[in-house]
Amino acid sequence: MYHYTDFDAAFLKERNAQFRAQVERRIDGSLTEDEFKPLRLMNGLYLQLHAYMLRVAIPYGTLNSRQMDQLAMIADKYDKGYGHFTTRQNIQYNWPELRDVPDMLDALAEVNMHAIQTSGNTIRNVTADHFAGAAADEVADPRPVAELIRQWSTDHPEFQFLPRKFKVAVTGSAADRAVIKAHDIGLRIVKQGDEIGYEVIIGGGLGRTPMIGKVLYDFVPQADLLPTLEAIVSVYNLLGRRDNKYKARIKITVHENGIQDIRARVEDRLKLIRPQFGGIDQQMLARIEADFAAPTFLKGYLEPYHNAYAQDPVFRSWADTNLSAHRNPDYAIVSISLKAHGKTPGDATSRQMRLMAALAKRYGHDELRISHEQNVILPHVHKGDVPSVYYALKAEGLGTANIGLISDIIACPGMDYCALATARSIPIAQEIATRFEALKLEHDIGPLKIKISGCINACGHHHVGHIGILGLDRAGVENYQITLGGDGTEDAQIGERAGPGFSADQIVPAIERIVAAYLALRTDPSETFLTAYRRLGLAPFKAALYPEAQANAA
Amino acid sequence: MPKPFTPKVVTANALLEGDVIYQSTTGWTRDLAQAEVLTDPAHADLREIEAAAQTSHVVGVYLADVALEGTTPVPVHFREAFRAKGPSNYAHGKQEQF
Repeated sequence: MYHYTDFDAAFLKERNAQFRAQVERRIDGSLTEDEFKPLRLMNGLYLQLHAYMLRVAIPYGTLNSRQMDQLAMIADKYDKGYGHFTTRQNIQYNWPELRDVPDMLDALAEVNMHAIQTSGNTIRNVTADHFAGAAADEVADPRPVAELIRQWSTDHPEFQFLPRKFKVAVTGSAADRAVIKAHDIGLRIVKQGDEIGYEVIIGGGLGRTPMIGKVLYDFVPQADLLPTLEAIVSVYNLLGRRDNKYKARIKITVHENGIQDIRARVEDRLKLIRPQFGGIDQQMLARIEADFAAPTFLKGYLEPYHNAYAQDPVFRSWADTNLSAHRNPDYAIVSISLKAHGKTPGDATSRQMRLMAALAKRYGHDELRISHEQNVILPHVHKGDVPSVYYALKAEGLGTANIGLISDIIACPGMDYCALATARSIPIAQEIATRFEALKLEHDIGPLKIKISGCINACGHHHVGHIGILGLDRAGVENYQITLGGDGTEDAQIGERAGPGFSADQIVPAIERIVAAYLALRTDPSETFLTAYRRLGLAPFKAALYPEAQANAA
Repeated sequence: MPKPFTPKVVTANALLEGDVIYQSTTGWTRDLAQAEVLTDPAHADLREIEAAAQTSHVVGVYLADVALEGTTPVPVHFREAFRAKGPSNYAHGKQEQF
């Protein structure tokens, strides 16, 4: 875990003092809203539909118990006793009052956290694989380099007014759990012989014009990474379109100019700036890496795990669904579902936060992770302790066995909170989860990712959902479009639009028809929805979705 | 023929709380039912300009369409219905108060 230096602490203190003064000047009338808005956005403060919203960065999704406890304290003291974890590994508070925000930021600073660059046309919170440092399939832990990028990008003077926001994600595994191909820059740690380097992918993104990122370099040596990133963002800063908000992301810059042209420009820029990187960044990286040293794994009895697994079918079902392979065979990665059927995806109460913090402290080497799929991870739990963790979670409504299943839905806040939304997302997610829970089908259905966005900006990643749902406003009525066959992994794919949208009361039956078609068409239960879709294509699912069109054609 | 004018209310968010507010004949209210209904386009524009000038109290002033149930304004668009009521996943916001 990265520990703030005196420099970091002093920087944050000064920044928070500046923002406190800006809030005071706004309240006393010295600043107009037009003057204040860019200042508050730089500090993560939005004005939403019903209230302000403070978006707090959880860099590369990593927290310790003290930080999680502080998030719970803030939820109780300044909000309504809960927080919402997002697809970019942030936490959002939906109900702060303007006067309280400087105090909230000071409380965050006490535990080395902030809300800087969680908004605005800057480099946003750097995200990473939520299994970082624990996954069995990892080349290297992506968090040290993510922290290096966080430090480099925070308050970077050249990159405070980019054409548009800029998102970076890092993974250390071949299996992509960080959706790196849908980011402005996606990095994958790779090895050439014994040398560690990075595959650099640029120009991915969802939103209005979804695009899968393109490989800019197969292998960038470690020492060249920051200069390369600086060259890329620098090229984009000049070349990116500022005339049209919808064409301002780097994906459009890459698309319009071509990857070869961009590569040539990056190389020219790199020649110019490379000498400025004298190796200090590598010294910093070495220090950061020491902070992320793996915990000392324990030897212990595995019997409690085996006994619970043999004797308690409910535990067994949860363990089969919510545990992942740890690089230490005596350990497990525990995914805690924030998707209890019928609840709001990604929300945790302060009580639940405190419990997860306590479990991390007692059983999890004091580490927690937030996933882009809006769940919480205990990355290092000895298998012998897993039953204790499970029974404690279950008692607080956190024992849902649905990771990767149909009710483990990503949903953006949608029109229940967001000022940009065109329709609601949360109630659709709640209804789908409740419906399939009632049908008792979700374990039979197997891996199936539903992702819901309440507007074209696609915070809910609907384009890369196996089933994606996009909420729109059609002549003053909520309407939901379905895309099928999307994939956010290393085999990233943008889903295909199935056809006309559905009203709010027709969308759940529509999803049911897709699932029924899949169950009828799969070769056997081991063929997942996505595999079946790739084999069969859109046609049979479309026929199931629009039976009346079939009838008319017949 | 010009389209008939849809009645409107002036709405915004309160600077300090961020809460949805509506202009009434005597100031600002948090309850849509208490809002001043504007049926004349020129008067609506004037009231919006007056509201927008109050920059130390309110943010994001605009005119929202309403329908009338008797003399009480109710939202036309679902977005305004959520603003007037609060989110659908928790009983937070205005539905706690009204």
